[in-house]
Amino acid sequence: MIGIVGFGAYLPRYRIKAETIAKQWGMDANAIIRGLQLNEKTVPGQDEDTITISVAAAKNALLRAQIDPQDIGALYIGSESHPYAVKPSGTIVIDALGVGPHVHVASYEFACKAGSEAMYVAYSLVKAGEMKYAMGIGADTSQGAPGDALEYSASAGGAAFIMGSEKVVAEILFTHSYTSDTPDFWRREGEDYPRHGGRFTGDPAYFKHVMGAANALLEKSKMKPSDFKYAVFHMPNGKFPQEVGKRLGFTKEQLEVGWIVPWMGNTYSGSSPTGLAAILDVAKPDDMIFMVSFGSGAGSDGFIFKVTKEITKVQNRAPKLKDYLDKDKIYLDYGEYAKFRKKIKLNE
Amino acid sequence: MITARYHREVPQRYRLEAGKCTKCGYVAFPPRLVCPKCNTKKFKPIVLKDEGKIITYTVIRVGPDKFSKETPYAIGIIELNDKLRLTAQIAGVVDFDKLKIGQKVKLVFRKIQDDGKAGIHMYGYKAVLA
Repeated sequence: MIGIVGFGAYLPRYRIKAETIAKQWGMDANAIIRGLQLNEKTVPGQDEDTITISVAAAKNALLRAQIDPQDIGALYIGSESHPYAVKPSGTIVIDALGVGPHVHVASYEFACKAGSEAMYVAYSLVKAGEMKYAMGIGADTSQGAPGDALEYSASAGGAAFIMGSEKVVAEILFTHSYTSDTPDFWRREGEDYPRHGGRFTGDPAYFKHVMGAANALLEKSKMKPSDFKYAVFHMPNGKFPQEVGKRLGFTKEQLEVGWIVPWMGNTYSGSSPTGLAAILDVAKPDDMIFMVSFGSGAGSDGFIFKVTKEITKVQNRAPKLKDYLDKDKIYLDYGEYAKFRKKIKLNE
Repeated sequence: MITARYHREVPQRYRLEAGKCTKCGYVAFPPRLVCPKCNTKKFKPIVLKDEGKIITYTVIRVGPDKFSKETPYAIGIIELNDKLRLTAQIAGVVDFDKLKIGQKVKLVFRKIQDDGKAGIHMYGYKAVLA
């Protein structure tokens, strides 16, 4: 049995409300909250980035797995906000965790699905028998241009998953990836903020790829939506995952636990992984979980998990996603937010 | 060169690695080459507990250049649960009037500073209220 042996998530404490951003740009807050189904989003502290978020999530995963970090043979971080253009995030993370130096490390980038890529490769290496454990992390401090629709959603957070074959808490039964060249969202080298194709990000991009992976996964597994207790899809806003779930035949109840975007925002590479972590926090043995990520450019990775009886032993060993989502929030005004996100031009 | 010094200090800054004298048991943080108690040069690395309490603190309202945009922030002397003391920023404090000596803290991994606009990012430990 190969699957997740430890999982952990982390969200920063800082928040900005959608209405605060809307007020700044003279927009109708209610229309945005209703349209995007986003109430507020997480904001990284001035001392937080993809690396610190990865370390925090990975430490929680290690607390749950209770394994020797030295047994981890690979560590991959998926993000579109790696702090360095040239220098891997993972080298800092392994040294902070006490993993390695006999370890394979890489940074992945595939817009919002880089985290599920890291999970997929980590799982595949363990499945191939190359190593005992491998860790896949999805984390981001995503960027949204001032005044752009993305500013309401681009948030910060991440989740880490240790793959292994002993004391598995969620077995991975099936995977499927669906990819094509679709320029719906991009950020050129040296640009501060990404650009997107507006409505083109919907049907030709998000819905085509998520449904492509989801339908292939259902066909491959010979399962139907009603066979699952939970489902989680990439959450660029509140509306898209609900809509794609409906189109595929999943109910609101199946999506509810993992649909954390209205209060978290889009954590990009951490989006569906943090949703999965929220589900694993409360899942029971034998629950089936359906997950499909999405990354612009574009592609989707799909996973089918079966929760094992080991889950109840690990759930309380580390803070849960809801703890980070609901507790100790610090609200920022737009000026503080602009400072935190380095949107203000300063003298050097 | 800042990168060489930073690299040398990674075990203590990232993982709270201290040196424990193999002869008298003295714990040195940051690690030292010679034990100040028994002059032995043999230490074994140990990892300190990441939980402790505030012994004392001050609030920085006019910071040095690199930290001037982060003010106000608190700096404290933290006593870890294994009785060793260190100095760290106490991050994420909203109301400094509510900060108290004796409050429990946990050390977390955070970015400490950047070496200018194009230099390396430097990481290490900060305390947050537990």
